[in-house]
Amino acid sequence: MITRRAFAQAGLAASAIVGASGFGNWSRIAAQQRLTQDDLLGFADFGNVTLVHVTDIHAQLRPIWFREPDTNIGVGDARGRPPHITGSDFLRAFGITPGSAEAYALSHDDFAALGRAYGRMGGMDRVATVVKAIRAARPEALVLDGGDTWHGSMTSLRTGGQDMVNVMNALGVDAMTSHWEWTFGAERVNEIVEGLPFAFLGANIYDAEWDEPAFDPYAVFERGGRRIGVIGQAFPYLPIANPSWMFPGLSFGVRQERMQEVVDELRADGVDLVVCLSHNGFDVDHKMAGAVSGIDVILSGHTHDAIPEPVLVGQTLIIASGSNGKFVSRVDLDVGAGQLLGYRHRLIPIFSDVIAPDPEMSALIAAERAPFEAELAEVIGQTESLLYRRGNFNGTWDDLICDAIRAERDVEIALSPGVRWGPSLLPGDPITREDIHNATSMTYGACYRTEMTGEMLRAILEDVADNIFNPDPYYQQGGDMVRVGGLGYRIDVSRPIGERISEMVLTDTGAAVVPGRSYSVGGWASVNEGTEGPQIWDILENHIRRLGTVRVEANTSVSVTGA
Amino acid sequence: MRHSRRQALGLGLGAFAAAALPMAAQAALEDAIAAFTGGAATGAGDISIDAPEIAENGNAVPVSVSAPGAVAIMILGAGNPEPVIARVAFGPAAGAQTFATRVRLARTQDVVALAKLADGSVIEARAAVKVTIGGCGG
Repeated sequence: MITRRAFAQAGLAASAIVGASGFGNWSRIAAQQRLTQDDLLGFADFGNVTLVHVTDIHAQLRPIWFREPDTNIGVGDARGRPPHITGSDFLRAFGITPGSAEAYALSHDDFAALGRAYGRMGGMDRVATVVKAIRAARPEALVLDGGDTWHGSMTSLRTGGQDMVNVMNALGVDAMTSHWEWTFGAERVNEIVEGLPFAFLGANIYDAEWDEPAFDPYAVFERGGRRIGVIGQAFPYLPIANPSWMFPGLSFGVRQERMQEVVDELRADGVDLVVCLSHNGFDVDHKMAGAVSGIDVILSGHTHDAIPEPVLVGQTLIIASGSNGKFVSRVDLDVGAGQLLGYRHRLIPIFSDVIAPDPEMSALIAAERAPFEAELAEVIGQTESLLYRRGNFNGTWDDLICDAIRAERDVEIALSPGVRWGPSLLPGDPITREDIHNATSMTYGACYRTEMTGEMLRAILEDVADNIFNPDPYYQQGGDMVRVGGLGYRIDVSRPIGERISEMVLTDTGAAVVPGRSYSVGGWASVNEGTEGPQIWDILENHIRRLGTVRVEANTSVSVTGA
Repeated sequence: MRHSRRQALGLGLGAFAAAALPMAAQAALEDAIAAFTGGAATGAGDISIDAPEIAENGNAVPVSVSAPGAVAIMILGAGNPEPVIARVAFGPAAGAQTFATRVRLARTQDVVALAKLADGSVIEARAAVKVTIGGCGG
């Protein structure tokens, strides 16, 4: 029997919305080996409308390990507020027992040990089972994809995202929005969108030259006798965080006024419920929820946060559904005439050993992977250490990548992008070619070698830090800090731009980094057109092959204060 | 492969930091504002400025200013070497006192909009625009 906790009673006292949320409480069940699919899918149907949210799958078709962050600092109003709490603080905030299945799914403590106990998570065939079960109970459920779906694996890179398009079409999606999709180039995106059997939405995607909307801002669905407006919000900082030359002529941005305008348009049209399918990132969504009136539900993506309960801002529910196929959110709503009356929510964890794979989807995934299976499966080395990326500063995957760059490109300093994707590996796992691509796959993966002055390196660190730690969420791009190899520094996240970074040193010698001196630097994921160098996955593969067995020591090169 | 400063900062990483406004630039800004206001203090009022939080291209940042009832609008880049960007006058037949253009911003800075009303008073609005060249989204 799964217990359900009433959600945030106090905060709802003054609200017209009545809701409940349950993440479950399976620690005892799991310990007794009784955790079943029914336990995970159990949901007392509620209201007249069901939303299903998946986001940031990053092309992970098969079950993965994905360690949640140990460091996820919130600044300004977001300090100490979910999702900016981690580990035991997170567990305490949501009443989760350490060592339980929920603790494994949602936090980082004891990740390797719990991973062995509870198994991998995700897998699109398991996701398909969950979606089918929800549809069986609620045939009119809307399935909404928050984007970052087509990118993130060797097979998606080789097929131009086609494997994911085929899988999502089979899953049956009603609408999606976008981010890394655009790194396949505008031509490829347009080609795919023309053939999509569902809406590709982006209220904030504009023609840069004419400053006019370039994509459908929303779609309206009739469900449960009510009209539902679903607005798409693409990642606002695409031309800044990703190579704009790949999608020339398009402009993005938060465009808060535009969002209000579109909400007003839907309200004037008499829709009963307004949903924003967003790739803003959680803190941007939180600010937008408070600034734009009339949005009932924001399905939040981009920052990969999994929060077991909806976050309520005014009368707007924000649902954060994690990443990599680890979770599916089900939100049942009681929608009245022009008004949300109540909700029931569940963040469903996709424990791959508990949820049976859907046979049709398994067959499709196998067919998509078949041409590449031998390449994917080749074992390149072994790891003795837990390899992970997610967190505000270097993860062990990043340390390994930076070591590879320094060794293979013969540079003093390595820089690696602070992206939030990339599944984990447990100690003792083999490292396959697929694993290497899962941590590095992209359409602009050339590993450059260049010279930079100490002053320039500092400017880069300051600028990236401000993209994460600016107290105004609209100035945050939703990534993590650039990863460094061979370089140490101190960062005070509470300071303004230009004052956060100090004590930059070369870790090999302890020598201070001098503003006027030039350093050899290697890195990847340059947003500049024409960047030259071997692909990062080849660099990493060569390095791991040479090492045979990987062991990553604790990294103490970055010292953080002001959190 | 060598990179210029601007290119290197685009290496998937970030761009340059904003420093405090140099004394000379601050003086140029104050002089330009004084020339428009006649030295009077600016106030708040019915003026709105629309600019992106983060510029996608610092060489062409869309900015629009709307100030109902204004007889003139001035736009300034507080951190540009030459702060005055545009100054427009509205005749009595103007249907809307709105002005939109694209501006070049040398670096992260405030874009300042001033509107002179029929009674000679001046109202002000500001928008912080971050000029960054790279970053890494999740």
